[in-house]
Amino acid sequence: MNLIEPLVKVVLILAVMLTLVILLVYSERRISAFIQNRIGPNRVGPKGILQAVADVVKLLMKEDIVPKNANKPIHDLAPMISIGVAMSTFAVIPIGGTMVLLGQSVRLMLADVNIGILYILALTSMGVYGITLAGWSSNSKYSLLGGLRSSAQLISYELSMGLSIVGVLLIAGTLQLDGIVQAQSAYIGGWLPAWNVFLQPVAFVTFVVSAFAETNRLPFDLPEAEPELVGGYHTEYSGLKFGLFMLSEYVNLVVASAIIVTLFLGGYSVPFAEYMNLSAQTVSLIQVLTFCVKTAGVILFFVVIRWTLPRFRYDQLMDLGWKVMLPIALANLVVTGFILAAFS
Amino acid sequence: MLESYIPIFMMLGAAALFGLVMVKLNEWLGPRRPSAEKLSTYESGMEPVRTARERFSIKFYMVAVLFIIFDIEVVFLYPWAVAFNELGMMGFVTMFVFILILLVGYFYVWRKGALEWD
Repeated sequence: MNLIEPLVKVVLILAVMLTLVILLVYSERRISAFIQNRIGPNRVGPKGILQAVADVVKLLMKEDIVPKNANKPIHDLAPMISIGVAMSTFAVIPIGGTMVLLGQSVRLMLADVNIGILYILALTSMGVYGITLAGWSSNSKYSLLGGLRSSAQLISYELSMGLSIVGVLLIAGTLQLDGIVQAQSAYIGGWLPAWNVFLQPVAFVTFVVSAFAETNRLPFDLPEAEPELVGGYHTEYSGLKFGLFMLSEYVNLVVASAIIVTLFLGGYSVPFAEYMNLSAQTVSLIQVLTFCVKTAGVILFFVVIRWTLPRFRYDQLMDLGWKVMLPIALANLVVTGFILAAFS
Repeated sequence: MLESYIPIFMMLGAAALFGLVMVKLNEWLGPRRPSAEKLSTYESGMEPVRTARERFSIKFYMVAVLFIIFDIEVVFLYPWAVAFNELGMMGFVTMFVFILILLVGYFYVWRKGALEWD
């Protein structure tokens, strides 16, 4: 087996992810400044675009403080788990079809495994470890409570997330992400692209809400509710270890948007491209571009929501997860199954 | 078959290595001037009272237990959803009964108040 190709892809994914996160942090700060009628970072580099780079360098040069009572090995391990899991989730997401590069046809995804969705769910569950261990190992009350709340929130919303994906699986009949994208390249009634957002609107809503909760974004950012828990699970973190938690949060945001695009918004498929007589190479270029634009759109949605809505109270959060989202996701699943079984 | 997992392990390894390098780089580049106050646990400027390794609310435990039950249900649903086309109406009815049994449990824990946070 050729190991050079996956190695290049792994390095590319890491590099692109880090660049994306740096741009994302900058644009989020600028957008929030715009929403709140401020200017935002505008000094470092042209228009302040290098602000996030400066932040990373600053964090890198800061003292790494580990409290005396903390459990040092686990305290070190927790941010590594968080960032490792966040980055690895991207491995199974297809960003395009096949492309000819340097005389070789290259699949535009890292690993085309047939359990793609299970892999994503497994890794999102692993992400809980990073936060829980960070909260526990710091040996601080704020961290412990933040970590506990956060893990309870993450596992609660993972249920509705997993259940809303089942609706998509019923339609696509495969766990392979590429297969799900292929299934969405058909048309409903000959004109509407068969994206799962049209076929499974309820699952789309529950999935997006769960994705907000899973990425700890507002209105679900209770793990770090400043007024009550200071910094939450990363109260006792400083330097780049703190930076890694922030980084993994933004990587999670990018990955969650990419998953939403892949599962519900047609992935890299371009509607009506097959009628335009384009060469295979152009089509795959447009596909990658489409994927990027769709993902950027979803990310923008996440950012705007963050600066629009207030935060939930913890009991409201749990009520929403267990008493609203779970029944809705289950009902959607049963209705979808019934319709498919009755009319196919 | 299993060959397609090699890139995933490479990705996991590379991402973990990235985290490790960053943490070590920070330890190496950053200053190191510890003092007793700096290394004490943060408690809003007060002297820390006891440790954090104490008992916490049973609610969190309840959520974890309920999560395991329902997550196993979800895991059962996945292969069913993938094979749904071959199973047809019979497959749907079977799974409906399964979900119904779980729903009874769901309403039981709801009535018992396990889902209440006060």
